[in-house]
Order: sequence, then structure tokens, then C-alpha cells
Amino acid sequence: MTQSVFIQNPSPLAMQTPAPGGEHPHAIPRNSGRALEMDWVDDIRINLSAAERRVASLPGRRTVKKDAQAAWLLKAITCIDLTTLNGDDTTERVKRLCAKAKAPVRSDVIEKLGFAGRDLHTGAVCVYHRFVATAVEALDGTGIPVAAVSTGFPAGLVPHDVKLKEIEASVRDGAQEIDIVITREHVLTGDWRALYAEVRDFRAACGNAHIKTILATGDLKTLRNVAKASMVCMMAGADFIKTSTGKEGVNATLPVTLAMLRMIRVYQERTGYKIGFKPAGGISTAKDVLNYQFLMKEELGRDWLEPDLFRIGASSLLADIERQLEHHVTGHYSAFNRHPVG
Amino acid sequence: MSVANYFETMEYGPAPEADGEARAWLARHDATFGHFIAGKFVAPHAGEHLTTSEPATGKTLARIAQGAAADVEAAVNAARTAQTAWAKLGGHGRARHLYALARMLQRHARLFAVLEAIDNGKPIRETRDLDVPLAARHFYYHAGWAQLQEREFADQVPVGVIGQIIPWNFPLLMLAWKIAPALAAGNTVVLKPAEFTSLTALLFAELSAEAGLPPGVLNVITGDGATGALLVENPGVDKIAFTGSTEVGRLIRQATAGTGKSLTLELGGKSPFIVFDDADIDGAVEGVVDAIWFNQGQVCCAGSRLLLQEGIAETFRRRLIRRMETLRVGMPLDKAIDMGAVVAPVQLERIKSLVETGVKEGAEKYQASGAIPAEGCFYPPTLLWNVHPSSTVATEEIFGPVLVAMTFRTPDEAVMLANNTRYGLAASVWSETIGLALDIAPKLLAGVVWVNATNLFDASVGFGGYRESGFGREGGREGMYEYLKPRAWSGRKARAKASPLPTAAGASTGFDVPPIDRTAKLFVGGKQVRPDGNYSRAVLSPKGRRLGEAGEGNRKDIRNAVAAARSAEGWARATAHNRAQILYYLAENLSARGDEFARRIADMTGVTGAKARTEVDASIERLFSYGAWADKFEGSIHAPPLRGVALAMHEPIGVVGVACPDEAPLLGFISLVAPLIAMGNRVVAVPSERHPLAATDFYQVLETSDVPGGVVNIVTGDRDDLVKVLAEHDDVDALWAFGSQEASTAAERLSIGNLKRTLVDHGLALDWYDRATSEGPILLRHAVQVKNIWIPYGD
Repeated sequence: MTQSVFIQNPSPLAMQTPAPGGEHPHAIPRNSGRALEMDWVDDIRINLSAAERRVASLPGRRTVKKDAQAAWLLKAITCIDLTTLNGDDTTERVKRLCAKAKAPVRSDVIEKLGFAGRDLHTGAVCVYHRFVATAVEALDGTGIPVAAVSTGFPAGLVPHDVKLKEIEASVRDGAQEIDIVITREHVLTGDWRALYAEVRDFRAACGNAHIKTILATGDLKTLRNVAKASMVCMMAGADFIKTSTGKEGVNATLPVTLAMLRMIRVYQERTGYKIGFKPAGGISTAKDVLNYQFLMKEELGRDWLEPDLFRIGASSLLADIERQLEHHVTGHYSAFNRHPVG
Repeated sequence: MSVANYFETMEYGPAPEADGEARAWLARHDATFGHFIAGKFVAPHAGEHLTTSEPATGKTLARIAQGAAADVEAAVNAARTAQTAWAKLGGHGRARHLYALARMLQRHARLFAVLEAIDNGKPIRETRDLDVPLAARHFYYHAGWAQLQEREFADQVPVGVIGQIIPWNFPLLMLAWKIAPALAAGNTVVLKPAEFTSLTALLFAELSAEAGLPPGVLNVITGDGATGALLVENPGVDKIAFTGSTEVGRLIRQATAGTGKSLTLELGGKSPFIVFDDADIDGAVEGVVDAIWFNQGQVCCAGSRLLLQEGIAETFRRRLIRRMETLRVGMPLDKAIDMGAVVAPVQLERIKSLVETGVKEGAEKYQASGAIPAEGCFYPPTLLWNVHPSSTVATEEIFGPVLVAMTFRTPDEAVMLANNTRYGLAASVWSETIGLALDIAPKLLAGVVWVNATNLFDASVGFGGYRESGFGREGGREGMYEYLKPRAWSGRKARAKASPLPTAAGASTGFDVPPIDRTAKLFVGGKQVRPDGNYSRAVLSPKGRRLGEAGEGNRKDIRNAVAAARSAEGWARATAHNRAQILYYLAENLSARGDEFARRIADMTGVTGAKARTEVDASIERLFSYGAWADKFEGSIHAPPLRGVALAMHEPIGVVGVACPDEAPLLGFISLVAPLIAMGNRVVAVPSERHPLAATDFYQVLETSDVPGGVVNIVTGDRDDLVKVLAEHDDVDALWAFGSQEASTAAERLSIGNLKRTLVDHGLALDWYDRATSEGPILLRHAVQVKNIWIPYGD
């Protein structure tokens, strides 16, 4: 039985193409969103134990060593949304972060890896609205987009119109990516129409800026909730689906990632659109990030290892990757203080 | 490739595990091994060796000894010599040794893992993450049973010297499954590993001695099938435990028939993997990977028959084929592969030829397009779509990475197709509806059922098959009983030779009014029926007085009785409470006619009236006893290390033939039939050949006690002849033969058609009046088979 709720596609969305500026080099056709199809939500089944077995066995099935490992870690850097989301953030703090985003790895290490002269930078810099303008200015001419967390991040409980205004303000200040939080209540009460309507409004407010929908998976608890919320957000026009704000009790995990990646795959099968994925929170070591990369490649394929379809929300991950890269070129174990902070 | 190249392609690159330590171990032995007997390596008596090679490269790896009769004899003698002291060491002493073996495995975990991967061809991931840790787990777990043995198995004694023959698919893990429970229980072992993969067993034996295991407790003899046959035939061996092909299992059953050796067989399978339309499809696709592309599909319980509900079949096919594309086949020591090499060229050829047959018979073949190494024994992950139950590949065990798929419409049809096989080792059920999954699991005729999972193993959970997948369990409490025997049975003596049959005297009572003729009939499907051949045999008192006539049952009567028993399947589903009520009711109705039965027994056997009355009273009490047990001989819940449970269910075996002894014609009959029906089996009983009338009188008790037709069938006649018919009947699931060595031997020897379970007395007499010997769990354990249903949970 088809229970589709036809909501007119907001026409501006359908025809939008990525904003110029080079941040989407592969020119992935942008998800237009589509009418809410309740069957696509209702038929979702996901077995936690089976999901856990899959992710538990993967690190034993896939590994990268030596040059391959260095390459994968460099690739991971290009996917990092280098983030600061703290109450004590200041303009100067944000500028320091932007400087690190432009030069994430010590130049002598880059040189020894054979990457001298290549423009290696993080995927984006991610800040609160207050610092968008600062970051945009600091990153001017680098091609590094600024992402703004929005819609009453992290709890998302401010009035709906305030959320829309916040998005619009960040877009006006030059944010090219907006990381919104969904209203968890809609998921916890199974009100998929409300979730759909909310995200559709956010998407419209984003205009040309890309929208990442943060599910706050730690609040949603079950993989079923996570999978259903993922599907609804994609139908509502999400460019990326993202696990967490980093502020929930549990942030990105591999089982949650698996559930979301499977939904991305199903959505692609049904609509042809490739949706990006962003795990955030708790990914702090090179070893961690490789496991996420393996899962991306195995579940979705090679395309999802690039920054236009994969981002990692992290603040301390980069420092560990830098140490690993130095170890790779020198054969010595490194230390944090040998690498400039962000 | 450079960093920059990898950055572009994002390929995985090589990730080889170092093999230096394993090669060094081989070199220390000059890559030549003797047998391991009485704590040290000894050169083969005849000086013969076999070569063993690396499946991934075809290169020779080592020379192993070819065991001859003298080698086997030496190993068995060493085990025999050690056994008394090993048993006397006590549970705690043995627990210390098993604990030391577990620690030893962990200390040398990587050496075992690498050597196994080289020798077998399986990926280092599996040997490192599964085979070796699970092997260690078996020793820890069974150290625990050794520790608790005197308390938990107080009524049991060790079997003695165990001959164990293991296959090449999990060389070290099967070693652990076999020797851990055997040693824990106080037995000593002669192990014969498969000739393709003997090296980890030799390493294990060597390191066991270093870990302090006394000489002779574990002996390893190597060689081909001929060596195995010598071990099976060796009269010094008390029990054979075999894991391998059903074909060889049959030979072993035949060879050991009548010898008194006990036997467990873990054989082949063609296990169903059932996916309902409400399953987590992607989860089930991963399940398929674990089911059939684990260990290159060389797994006896591999989920090799994919049964898909029609509505999701196409989606499943698409997603499965996509998933196959990401499987990587490569060198066993590469840490980034999913599948390694098939064990030997002969297996590779078999897989190829079966796949060809499948395609010829109409299957669509899908193979992963990923590269596989050009040299060595590699075969790609393969799906045969559009396969029908009548196809060769749907019934034959392929023992390779080949999945066959077919569809079903309804849950009933899924069960029917799943059970449409000679095998019954394992099954996997995928559904997110708890009611459906838990309804289907008990209906599957398999020793292990995984709900929303596959290929889960643990030492605490019994593993073993139904039907032609063999008998016996490994793991759990149920597995310990395979290496123990009842203390109460160890002192049995050979049955006294029966006195010669009396000569029939005339029956005339002159011109007195004669008693009304009473003709004993057969009892089939709840009805009294004349024997098919319409012949009768006289039943005489010891003095030759004609007491009546009993039907001369033949093959067709057995056939009819088995058919009636088969169709009385509802009895297995009746509640235990219901079965208990009926057993009590039988006791009540027998009691009401107690005097009549006592007279009958006295007339037939010549015992005193008082003695006959004792037999009737004991029979009444026994029925009560099984009424009591009917709802109390329960299964258990195992606690394997996962979030979930494994339910060890006691399930009836099915249709069971029972041959009853001549002594205690009523009590013997009741003692054998009652435990079987209490557990939900249906019985075809052949009563005492000489004194059958107590049993035929009893059918009137059955008729008046609400026993459904077909649950108990009685066929009188020549016991040994009828036992043969029962033994050869492929729809009889088990056979209990009591009364003579001949019947015992025939029952075991002829049971190979469908590998029915047998329980025989080898002509040794039981004291039917002694409860310890002949009542309760001692028989109930043989009246059930344990099905373990794994239920991982979480949301």
C-alpha cells in the first residue's frame, strides 16, 4: 500500500547546481529531494546484532599499510570539517583554525610524501554562525568552504522561524554549507511528516548552500530510528546526512554509520542521487578514521572517499594523522608537540 | 605504487602477515614429521611419508608420516597406558592441564594462526580472529567441566581411549572441539588429523608436551584415509569421534557396528538460509557472506541453500550481486582479503564440475568479477540463481564458495523446502518479526538454528546434526555426555543364554466349555490389525502349554507401522503436560488390570505370581515416572559470549523402532517405550519374541488411555528379522535394540541408509528393576536430540 504524501517540490531546489568556487570538483548532481514516500520509511528493517557483526569484522578484513596508508590518511585530511564549536570560541581562535585548515600538515612531511606543491587542505571549516564571516574572510581564495552549524544547534529547540532566519543569516555571511539539527521529537514520536516538512524548509532556506542534516543519532537510540530519519531527510533534500552534533552522549559509531550508508545506497538506487555522509564526534585517531573510510568504500564505493561525498567532523583527529604521517616518512614515532596546532 | 598513486586510486595495497616464525618451526623439524606418541615425535614404523603442500602456491610444505598398523597400535597402547592415571588425576588436576593448554594456545596464537593459514589456505583473518581464539575458548570452557566433573557428572565414568578423526576445513579448531571434552572427561586420545592439514595438530602436540601434558594423554598419528581406517578398526579404541563426509561416516558406522565402540559423527550438510520478506535485507546479505564465503565455503554447516520469499527475491539478488563485487580473494596471509585458497586441487575440480552441472541444469551463474590469483587453488565467490529443488546443486554438498538460490511463497513452504534434504546440520532464519522467527526455528530439522545470524559457534553451545548430518553433540553439557558413559551400565554382564524353546503340548481341555478364543493382533495406527502375511506363531508357557498365538509380523507390517508413526506427528507438538496426563492415565488403566497382567506374565515366563505382580507394579511406577519426566526433562539456556541466548531444546527424534528383550516382557517394553513417547517420539515396538502377549494385551490399555493412533505401534514376530527391517527403513529416525548381540549388531550395521541413531545393549543384560540402570535421564537423553537455537538480540 502506497502512502505517499505529495508535497510540491520546491521548484528552486530541483534545478540547483553546485555553487561555483571549486568546492565540489566532481560536480555530483545535487539531490532535488522528492515527495515523502511513507513506504520508503515503513519498509525499513535493520537488525542491530547483524549490523554490529558487519562492522566488527571489517577491520579484520580490510587494512592499509605503508604508502597506501599514508595516502588514505592524506585523503582523510581532505575530508575533515575542521571544527570548533565551543562556548569560549573567539575570532582569533577561529582564525587560528582557518590557518591550520589551509596548511594541515608540516611542509617537510608533505614534501617527503611527494605532495609538495599540491593544494592539500581540509574539507571545510565548521563554526557557529557568529564566526562565519571571520572564517570566510580568513579562507578567502583558498577554495575551502565554511560550514555553519545552525537551527539552534545543538538541541534544535528554538522556534522554527528563528531556525530559518539563522540559516539565512549564515548564508548571507558566506557559509557554503549549513549543518542543521533535526527536531529529535519528530523521530521519537514517529512524526515523519513533521520531520520532512522541517527539513524541506531548511533546505529551501539554504538556497545554494549545501545542507547537512544532523540526526543526533545518540538521541535517536535505535538503528531503526536512525535509518528512517536518514531516509526522510534525503527525501526532504539533504545533501549530506550527518550523525551527531558532537554534544550527545554517544556520537558517531560504526553501526550507526552502517545504517546510514545503507539508506544512502537505497536512496541512490531509487532516485539516482548520491548523498554525502558525515560522521562527527569521537573520531580522534588515524586508526578510527581508516575504519570509517573502509566502510565508505565497501558499502558505497570509491566515490564516497572524496570530500564532495564524505566529511568527517573532528577537532583532534588531524593531530593524530600528522603524527602517523611523520612516522611514515621518518620511521620514528612522533609526538603531538612536533606539529603545529590549529 | 606511490603515495600519490594510492591517493588517486584509493586501492588497498598489499598487507602481508609475516610468516618467519612458522617457517622457522618447519625448518627446526627439517620439514619432516613423525607421529606424536607418548609425548614425543617418533618416526613412522614403516618409514613412509606423505607430502603436504600450500594450497595458495602449490609448493611443498612438509613431509608427514603415513601411519601404518604398528603406529596406530603404538599410539593406542600409549593412550591406554596413560588413561588410568589420567582419570585418577581427578577433575581438578585435569582442569589445571586444560587451563594450561588454553594458555598455551593464547601464548602461541599468532604462530598457530599463520601456520594454519599457510597449510590450509584460509585467510589469516579467520585463523587469527576465529579459529585460534575459539580453540582456546574450548579449552577454557572444558577446563571448567573437568573442574566440576565429580559433582555434575557423578553418575558417569570416562569412556576410555578415544580415536578421533578430524577434517581439513578447521584443522586446529576441530582438534580443540574433539580433544578438549574428551580429555576433560578423563579419556585419553589418539587423534588423526586430515592428511592435507596435519601441521597445526603436530605443533599443538609438541607444545602440549612442553606445557606439561603427561605422555600418552594426547597422541597424534598422521596419514591418509587408510590410517584412519586402522584407527577405527583398532580393538583397543573404545570410541570413535569423526568429523567429515557423510560417505566416510557411513563406512565408520559399518566398521564399528557390533564392536561395542561408541560413535559420534559430525557429517555434511546442505543448510538452508531462509530470508523472509520482513527481514533486514542488507543484514541478511552480510549473513550470506558469513554463511557461504567464510572459509571458502568449506564449512559443514555453510548456509549453502538460499531460500528467498518471492516478494524480495529480486531485490535480494541485486544487492547480493553488488556485495559479491566487493569481496576480495587473495593470498591467505594478506590481511585485507575475504577469501583465500581452496584446500587442494581435488576439491577445486569438484567445485568446478558441480558448478558446471548446475549451469547445465539451468542455473544462472554469477561470479564476482574481482581478480583472483592466477596460480594456486582459488575459486571465486559464486551464486547460482534460478535453482530448483530437483537440481543436483540443490541437494549435493558442494563444499566450496557456491551458493544456490531458490524461492518460496509462505512460511510453510519455507519449512518444507528447508527440510527437503537428507541432511540436518544447521539453518539460518532471517525475519524481524519475533513471532515468525521463533515459530520457524523449531520446525527446522537441524541441530543448530541461527536467528538473524549464521555460523556462530561457542564451546558452551552444542553443535551437531539431525538426520544424515550425523549424531552426537560437541560443546555444552550435551557434548560432555559424548565422552562419558553411565556408571550404572559399566558393570553389565552378558545376558544368560535363553533356555531352549519348550515343545508345544496339546491344548485340548476335553469337553469342558473352552475359554473364548482371544487372538492377539498387531497394533498399527491405533487399530488392531491382522499381520499382512496372515501367519501366526504359538506362544507357549515354559512347560509348552499353548497360551495363545501372536501375529507373525513381516516387512509390510513394519512399513505400515512406520507410516502410521510418521503420520502421528501431532504427538511431537502435543504439550508436555498433555503427554504427561496420558502417561499417568496409562498407569491408571494398567493398574486396573494389574492382576490380569500378572497372571499373563506368570503364565508366559513361569515366574511366581508374586514376582509377576512385582513386574506389573514396577511397570505402573515406571509409567508414572515418565509421566513425571514428560514435562520436566527440559532443555536449557546456554550463555555464549554474545548479547543473546542459545536455547538448547530437547526435541523428539521422530519415529523410533524399539526391539524389546525377553526378560521382564512387560517392564522391559514399558521401560523402553515410555521414555520415547514421553519426549514426543512415536514408536514401532517389537515386543519380546518369546513372551509377546503382555505387550499385545497392553494395546487395550493404550486404546483406553487416549493415546493417539500411531504413537505406539506393536508388531510381534521374529525380533532379529524385524530389527533388520527397521534398521534398513530410511524413514525410521532411531532404533533401540535390546535383547541380543545379533540384534544390536544388525541395528548398528544396517542403520547406515539414513544414519539413524542407535541405542543397543550389545547383548548385555540390564536390571529393569533398578531405577539407576533403566529409568530416567539415562534413557531420556537418548530419546531426544538437542537443537540449539541462537537468538542474538538488540535494537
